[in-house]
Amino acid sequence: MSTPTRTPTGAPRELAGPTTGGVGANAQRPDAALKVTGEFAYGSDLWTDDMLWGVTLRSPRPYARIRSIEIGEALAVPGVHAVLTAEDVPGRNVCGLELSDQPVLAEGVVRYQGEPVALVAADHPEIARQAAKKIRVDYDVWEPVTDPMAALGHPTWNQVHDQPAEVSGLSRESAPIHPDGNLVRHLKIRKGEPAPTADVVVTGEYTVGMQDQAFLGPESGLAMPAEDGGVDLYVSTQWLHVDQKQVCAALGLPLEKVRLTLAGVGGAFGGREDLSMHVHACLLALRTGRPVKMVYDREESFFGHVHRHPAMMRYEHGATREGKLVHVRCEIYFDGGAYASSTPAVVGNGGTMGIGPYVVPNVHVDAYGVYTNNPPCGAMRGFGSVQAAFGYEAQMDKLAAALGMDPVELRCRNAMELGSESPTGQIVDSPAPVAELLRRLEAMPLPPEHGAGTAPDLRDLPGGVGNTTHGEGVVRGVGYAVGYKNVGFSEGYDDYSTARVRLEVIGGAPAVTVHTAAAEVGQGLVTIEQQICRTELGVDEVVVHPKDTGVGSGGSTSASRQTYMTGGAVKAACEQVREQLFGLAQQRLGRTVADLRLEGGKVVSDRQGVLGALADILGDEVIEETVEWRHRPTEPIDPEAGQGFAHVQYAFAAHRAVVDVDVELGLVKVVELACTQDVGKAINPEAVIGQIQGGTGQGLGLAVMEEILVKGGEIRNPSFTDYLIPTILDMPPMRIEVLEYPDPHAPYGLRGVGEPPTISSGPAVVAAIRQATGRALTRVPVRPEYITGT
Amino acid sequence: MRIQMTVNGVDRTADDVWEGESLLYVLRERMGLPGSKNACEQGECGSCTVYLDEVPVCSCLVAAGQGRGRDVRTVEGLADGPDLHPVQQAFVEAGAVQCGFCTPGLLVQTHALLATSQRPSDAEIREALAGNLCRCTGYEKILDAVRLAADRMAVPEAGP
Ligand code: FES
Ligand code: FES
Repeated sequence: MSTPTRTPTGAPRELAGPTTGGVGANAQRPDAALKVTGEFAYGSDLWTDDMLWGVTLRSPRPYARIRSIEIGEALAVPGVHAVLTAEDVPGRNVCGLELSDQPVLAEGVVRYQGEPVALVAADHPEIARQAAKKIRVDYDVWEPVTDPMAALGHPTWNQVHDQPAEVSGLSRESAPIHPDGNLVRHLKIRKGEPAPTADVVVTGEYTVGMQDQAFLGPESGLAMPAEDGGVDLYVSTQWLHVDQKQVCAALGLPLEKVRLTLAGVGGAFGGREDLSMHVHACLLALRTGRPVKMVYDREESFFGHVHRHPAMMRYEHGATREGKLVHVRCEIYFDGGAYASSTPAVVGNGGTMGIGPYVVPNVHVDAYGVYTNNPPCGAMRGFGSVQAAFGYEAQMDKLAAALGMDPVELRCRNAMELGSESPTGQIVDSPAPVAELLRRLEAMPLPPEHGAGTAPDLRDLPGGVGNTTHGEGVVRGVGYAVGYKNVGFSEGYDDYSTARVRLEVIGGAPAVTVHTAAAEVGQGLVTIEQQICRTELGVDEVVVHPKDTGVGSGGSTSASRQTYMTGGAVKAACEQVREQLFGLAQQRLGRTVADLRLEGGKVVSDRQGVLGALADILGDEVIEETVEWRHRPTEPIDPEAGQGFAHVQYAFAAHRAVVDVDVELGLVKVVELACTQDVGKAINPEAVIGQIQGGTGQGLGLAVMEEILVKGGEIRNPSFTDYLIPTILDMPPMRIEVLEYPDPHAPYGLRGVGEPPTISSGPAVVAAIRQATGRALTRVPVRPEYITGT
Repeated sequence: MRIQMTVNGVDRTADDVWEGESLLYVLRERMGLPGSKNACEQGECGSCTVYLDEVPVCSCLVAAGQGRGRDVRTVEGLADGPDLHPVQQAFVEAGAVQCGFCTPGLLVQTHALLATSQRPSDAEIREALAGNLCRCTGYEKILDAVRLAADRMAVPEAGP
């Protein structure tokens, strides 16, 4: 091996040329071109020559015993290849994300409207649908349990006053929906004095309706029977490995016979964390020996995934005359519906973060997750924190009014900061710029008022071109809110992600392949993976391997965790590859060189400059490393006082909303939403902005538009005609400031980004409407009649 | 029944089409053009938007039979050759694509807007795209993309 002919001492950076598209750059998504040409394959686009279509027959009743199921007539329909019921589930007929409590196909009883009862596979989707209608299910209908407080035998609140109303006749013993009773989880926090006294006390009761994730690409996938008796499932999902485990258990197959690959995902937001058609398609494929595709339509999608938990909350806030919080008491009921899904974690978040990012010496929290016969609820962006923020931020405004203090000032006086103690006794050990987020919002200019004297553009007014007002009766309000959320899995959960990184020479140039099972659902993780590889290995060409179970778990694409966790795993795997490469480089050079790094496809030493091209050093060698990476451990909180190091990281965002309200008709127009968020380090700044904009929109939706209307356990509006999500006309311009205070415990100092903007935007909008109308508005979504008082 | 139409400039025929099938279904499942998306099948989301004789329509609401003999252009037919159409390119560059499920419909609708209006105002863009739902982006970057595309398409390319 020849030694380098020169040993330059200066400016190796320029010699090497920078790597582009690394950490901190606005790299473009690798799948964008496919998505704009229509070539990107979502689960619903998959197709094979001989495939069948599967459909699900669902229960029309929220609660009933199944007396009998007759499938003969359906099976006789020409073109039908299989009709399956619970009897045909070869393994354990049970699944569930945190608790295994949900049948794959109903067995003896249905506990919610829409529960899967039977499956049909046929040549054409319409044949399958028609055949499903010929399945005769005889139901013995029971009275559904629909009130979460009643389900626990707790007194129901009267939503106006503080005295308890009558105790319901139902009790945990008399109406258990599941064998162990209707309580899924009760979280208690007892911190400080049990009976503190405060100068000023305000109380309030608040209700949050049921929100839908409303991802645009409905549930879909394709199951292919394999020659080894197993099955290959291509599916749009959030966590391949947790799916795999549940599918295996239901099919009675070992892990290696059930292989999952991520199909293109049309949005998720929590709604794909539980199984949908996964087991069903596999059952049909294994029974028929043919590939089976299942795609939900929009109506079925409303029944086919969990929703955001509706919540009922009661708060008491006490403060000194100077505006220092003395105590907060709160009770929160999360209606989990018929099956647990992620209710325990929702209770954990809603409870531990239920009073907001404030420092309070005395805290008393009871958070409950409850089984009812309502639609099952589980993960949705910001879960637990989103609901609680409507309560605690309304209370902060109410308290500010009682104190005669500016609402932002009150928040800042009590804001959590680095070194603060959380309600669970955890010391906040990374930056928590809560006050700065609010002050920055306050300093932003307000949007101009409608021009005096000139007629306003109708499109800028509540009601829009509906021509409901020309400005008369329109009052403008401004509201602030701040929120926070844990990043990653908490309370002692062994949270990890796996990354495999491979470096080799392809066509004379170094190339990296990064393989993880972490789901890309639209947020841009694939871009982040590429960026980290580029930065760590100094190679431009990075291929993202399809996401599948051929590599270890990436954990869930939820809890704002993937950039942190899978990003951390990719970084760690790159570091190991790099170490090996440096070993190889020194071997080839025949000497030891300190300060080696990789940049622009070259091995560089700070002191000696470019030592050689990566491609030359690597030659035919292939370096591949697989790393399982964990965040620092958290602890379970103790069951009596709720104390413990529960969360690995907090993420904070704040919003200011400016809203025009037609106080006569109750119509609102959000004029502007400004957001400040600390992201630690923006790995891809434009993608961060995209998350803030999208998350803000979902918060606005919950505040004024979106609710799954449930009556007697039945969904009344399962369509985009009746369940309205924000359109481009509903979304205002946004002013955004991103702060980057690094978290010393996180890779690159980054903080999870996806959820915080969904937490504070809605409460800010409602605060603005309150300011404009003077109304209490204790229930969201705010409806026109709450504003007009009719 | 048999249905014949021109799709993205090519004569296409589909056999055994059922009465109830929509144009969207025939494009996606019978002609191998899954670019147009089905997110509601009720005319509420715009994901299925295609040109039918130069007019953007929700193909989920058009019966397949109504497409007979007509000219259909889908997202797969926007680009001329291997290069992206300026509207597609702008969506990529502006970061207007997250999950991308809304994108095909938005591209066709934007293409139609810019065919009639060279430099639409923000209010005009919002009105034109009001029928296209996007759950991921909050629409801001979609607006950016449309403005970018409008700018580029309005300025004639400089000669070599
Ligand atoms: S699928 Fe046609 S408008 Fe939604
Ligand atoms: S990018 Fe996901 S719906 Fe628009």
